[in-house]
Amino acid sequence: MSEQRVHFYQVGSFAVGNRLLSADDRTVQSSPHRTNSIDSGHRACQGCGEALGARYALDAAMRATNGQLLAVNATGCLEVFSTPYPETSWRIPWLHSLFGNAPAVATGVAAAMRVKGRSDVRVIGQAGDGGTVDIGFGTLSGMFERNDDVLFICYDNEGYMNTGVQRSAATPPAARTATTDVVGAEPGNGFGQGKDLPRIAMAHDIPYVATATVADLHDLERKVERAMSFRGARYLHVFVPCPLGWGSASNDTIHLARLAKETGLFPVFEAEHGVVTNVSRIRRLAPVEEYLKLQRRYAHLFGAKGRPDIVARLQAIADANIARYGLAPERGELDNREDA
Amino acid sequence: MERPFAITLDVGTSRANHTGSWRVERPVYVDRLPPCNDACPAGENIQGWLYEAESGGYEAAWRKLVENNPLPAIMGRVCFHPCESACNRVQVDEAVGINAVERFLGDTAIEHGWSLPAAGPDTGKRVLVVGAGPAGLSAAYHLRLLGHQVRLVDSSPKLGGMLRYGIPAYRLPRAILDAEIARITDMGVEVVANHTVHDIDAERREGGFDAVFLAVGAQLGKRVNIPAGDSSKVIDAVSFLHQVADEDPPMLGRRVIVYGGGDTALDAARTARRLGATDAVIVYRRNRDKMPAHAEEVEQALGEGVTVRWLSTVERFENERLVLEKMRLNADGFPEPTGEYEELDADSLVLALGQDTDLSLLEGNDNVEVRDGVVQVATTMMTNEGGVFAGGDAAPSDRTATVAVGHGKRAARGIDAYLRNVDFVSGDRHDLATADHLNTWYYADAPRTERPELERIRRQTNFEEVIGGLTEENALFEARRCLSCGNCFECDNCFGVCPDNAVIKLGGDVKYVFNYDFCKGCGICVRECPCGAIEMVPELI
Repeated sequence: MSEQRVHFYQVGSFAVGNRLLSADDRTVQSSPHRTNSIDSGHRACQGCGEALGARYALDAAMRATNGQLLAVNATGCLEVFSTPYPETSWRIPWLHSLFGNAPAVATGVAAAMRVKGRSDVRVIGQAGDGGTVDIGFGTLSGMFERNDDVLFICYDNEGYMNTGVQRSAATPPAARTATTDVVGAEPGNGFGQGKDLPRIAMAHDIPYVATATVADLHDLERKVERAMSFRGARYLHVFVPCPLGWGSASNDTIHLARLAKETGLFPVFEAEHGVVTNVSRIRRLAPVEEYLKLQRRYAHLFGAKGRPDIVARLQAIADANIARYGLAPERGELDNREDA
Repeated sequence: MERPFAITLDVGTSRANHTGSWRVERPVYVDRLPPCNDACPAGENIQGWLYEAESGGYEAAWRKLVENNPLPAIMGRVCFHPCESACNRVQVDEAVGINAVERFLGDTAIEHGWSLPAAGPDTGKRVLVVGAGPAGLSAAYHLRLLGHQVRLVDSSPKLGGMLRYGIPAYRLPRAILDAEIARITDMGVEVVANHTVHDIDAERREGGFDAVFLAVGAQLGKRVNIPAGDSSKVIDAVSFLHQVADEDPPMLGRRVIVYGGGDTALDAARTARRLGATDAVIVYRRNRDKMPAHAEEVEQALGEGVTVRWLSTVERFENERLVLEKMRLNADGFPEPTGEYEELDADSLVLALGQDTDLSLLEGNDNVEVRDGVVQVATTMMTNEGGVFAGGDAAPSDRTATVAVGHGKRAARGIDAYLRNVDFVSGDRHDLATADHLNTWYYADAPRTERPELERIRRQTNFEEVIGGLTEENALFEARRCLSCGNCFECDNCFGVCPDNAVIKLGGDVKYVFNYDFCKGCGICVRECPCGAIEMVPELI
């Protein structure tokens, strides 16, 4: 299934809204009546990508389920910044138990709803990358394996940011964290396989797996809606830049998410029953330097004592992604009037 | 308080936590001056009327356009569109075809018979406008809007000035010209054609005019002393084009040489081709880079078979032989004679060496300062004599129709201020919306829609219009290519990208406001605004 490109209306479907589009073609986020699942006053850092990603995904899920939605949250930034006693930012039913058990709790909530005959109430489990790829991995794999009726969303900011920026299995190579200092022959996080959770999820043959970023709202919302059209285990991996942990400017959050996709470092695709069905091709191909230089966690790769060899290895990762998923820019991108 | 099972704590909303206190900078909405508006000599709000056209509101767009320029169908044809040269869209693909959309709006208005706004409430003041070219027509229009009575006089039988007698019909069809002029005179302008003003002071006194606007243009073709035999046909380009406009073209023969490198030279050469000249040769003393004519005019002329002798001057013209001297450019870019000569067969020579202004109507007036052949004016367009204003080609200017329209508007406002005895205030100019304020990622890729050109072969023999118009579909597409530089076009990006829900969407004229109770000052809205309509300003502590 390929995404329907909106024909030429000044900003087309790149921007959040567009006064020239019919209301149906605009995003949930462009509506003054959106749920705002996470309310103002939350204590996320300035420019937090996760706060944004969670609102995007949950508001879209609220529309897709007609408001019959319940969210189970693992421990992490999202949980901490949204619910310091006695305040909560959640405007949807929301439940937190432990760091490692969110998928299991979500499974239980879904089972409870089934027993109560409330199959209209849908369940979302959500966590950061630590709660997903490391601490909650066992229960998540179990949830996939049993094909429980839960959409699990990982907001991936590539580390344990809430506890002081430690490495997770989703931290990229060469990135500096509190536990991967810039020392030795391979400064920062080591080169290895890490855990590519979208592909691990696909290996479970669950009905739906997708990746998205906070930089392409139309794409993200469409994927949430698509996910809610399935029953069974589904997985959505959302790329959310972290100004604090990455050492980036707070206003660059969306720009960085866009560059992660445009360099090929973060492939954006969707898969059904283990098979890739759609990829978001690169629109304006950018070298990885453009992405890396905006983040202090990669500062040791540049300057007089820089490591162009390591930058080249990161570029090789991006190139491999482009080859693996077929992300190279389309030819004839310019004339998109025909699909009007 | 009775609580649900297992709930032991009261909860409150996080709205109690005013995160706005974290902020050191705040975003504010701004309007910046789009480069097209900045570049427009007529002061059009181009971004503003394109915005209306984008949603198909062509009448609203046209009404916004004629707030500043009452001649869009004409300008959509003859303007050299400095707006497009300034357009930021070149950073994405190509400039927006502003001129083509302007013409579409102008033509649509004529087709539907939309009329200009009614004249303002009568002030009882009387203004004499001398010259009914673009400056005079524009001034008459704006003066009527301001409620002043206007008498518009012109020495020719028909109104339009150089629009009619200088610009050939293949660039500006007469029906279009007539329609837009009639719309202005229909606002209650007293028109006196075929009337030459010989003494401006007497004319003003006898008519009881409170103010005068001199827009007499530059009608006198410059002559140089070229030795020419009695039998040789030499004519200046202004007279030539005027005679063609009067449908009384002179016989120039088959080999016509045009001397000069401006737009008038090209008009003359292209007109000569249409009158049957097999050879229409432009002789110009410098090279193509230095040619003052506009590049697209040169391109069109060459496409129609006009040829150019670069780096040449005319030495003499005798017995159907034209002697040229070859030139070369020195280090400063000025042409120097080489002493080498060549000869051309020629039936006639057209001189297009610039124009002078006939200011004989100022003889006897010692107050109005004339320098370098033009009337000196202040920013209000007023001369040194109170109540006497001047504009268009008769005042210092780039001598284009669009500049003249702008002069007419400014003079009308200057006259209005003078008549009301108040200071002339020009509006504040916003900061320029330069390309570095834009986030071009968001704009859909779309190449420019070119207007169809008449097949070249057809152009060589008739005066049909060379450049066609846009269809509605194309015009809409072209309008939507506008980036809306520096002015919000309601894309909802700020509303959508705020991690703190601190943008409130109101719609209507206000569009959006910031909720500073919760805005943490991250600046994402500024970074992701496509058109640069938000800026960060430091918080004052």
